[in-house]
Amino acid sequence: MTTTEQNIEKILIPILEQVSDPEIPVLSIMDMGVVRSAIIINDTVKVEITPTYSGCPAMDVIGDDIKKALKDAGYESEIDLILHPAWTTDWITSRGRKALEDYGIAAPLEPEADKDVLLNEKRLVKCTNCGSQNTRLVSQFGSTACKAQFQCEDCQEPFDYFKCLK
Amino acid sequence: MKNENLYKYILGIADNSLILGQRLGELCGHGPNLETDIACTNISLDLFGQVRSYFQYAGKVAGDNRTEDDIAMLRKEREYKNVLLVEQPNTNFAYTIGRQFLFDVYHLAFLTELQKSSDLTLSAIAKKCIKEVRYHERFSSDWVKRLGDGTPESKQKMQEAMDTLWTYTDELFHQTQADKVMVSDGVGVDVTKLKDQYYKAVTELLEDAKLKTPESKYFQKGGKDGIHTEHLGYLLSDLQFMQRTYPNMEW
Repeated sequence: MTTTEQNIEKILIPILEQVSDPEIPVLSIMDMGVVRSAIIINDTVKVEITPTYSGCPAMDVIGDDIKKALKDAGYESEIDLILHPAWTTDWITSRGRKALEDYGIAAPLEPEADKDVLLNEKRLVKCTNCGSQNTRLVSQFGSTACKAQFQCEDCQEPFDYFKCLK
Repeated sequence: MKNENLYKYILGIADNSLILGQRLGELCGHGPNLETDIACTNISLDLFGQVRSYFQYAGKVAGDNRTEDDIAMLRKEREYKNVLLVEQPNTNFAYTIGRQFLFDVYHLAFLTELQKSSDLTLSAIAKKCIKEVRYHERFSSDWVKRLGDGTPESKQKMQEAMDTLWTYTDELFHQTQADKVMVSDGVGVDVTKLKDQYYKAVTELLEDAKLKTPESKYFQKGGKDGIHTEHLGYLLSDLQFMQRTYPNMEW
């Protein structure tokens, strides 16, 4: 799994952590795992980011936001979009998963469980409002490509579930 | 162009996603209900994202200054090499789902093989796309089953859509000249080898859905050579409208 390692200079981490996903403002792009490398070469920061989904419209905004954050910290930067290795929900940090849940988005399950819940065959997704597992699939696709729509049968809360991508 | 076959090969793949994405996009705000509307447009968005990766690469391969937008928006009808299946209209929801299902099964098998391409960019794009396409295939299969095994009316409509669209499936496994060269170079996927597993998978799902597998042996082809059904022209006039009306406009 060496290819999945990130290569980010320590000094840049606090700056990049200030940039959040425009669709999920509580989640920093670092916790999302989309920054794959950030290194300083001749006063310019070279940043490599990878899209969550191919068509994710947030990527352009994320690129611009990174540039701005680095500029505010005194760095010029170049952003590269890379496709390999492909992003996976495994790269969301545990802090990121907690931020998602607090925001009302259930964090991704493992692939098998993910398949079961998206075919509405098992009830495994925990309601982000009351914690009940008595939840049902409303739609395999939700407000964005990365999410599905669920509803809690106990407290009736509708909520998003972040689909597993591996 | 030095790498003309590679350029043609990339476009052959990408045009399928572009045209299908445009068809699905037509349902934005017009889906049968909110959930399916959102699903179809999300799948459309995935496909357009994939197309951007392919066209950006094609632009590099071409080596002149053409951009992804030029490639997407400024070709004439006969320069689009998508299969006839993906340009078929959204006659009703059964057609939309049937078209999607018949393409998704192929797409999944194709990308599985493209991951092994000796071309590292194509292999990287395939590895990225396949994760999304698994969700597409799950969605469309699920709906074929729901409609096929649903009410008498939904069953009849799903069967009719399948019977009509069936004639466009065989073309998926035709090879163009560029395909053949790319296969022998280790870059391309030999689609002729995907045919048996494709019809097996489709037949199994149709049985599950209590539908009849169409028996017709008459198949339409031509899309891969740029000879399209009349539907594509209308689709392109929508797709290209902004660029043709306001040349060189940008976001």
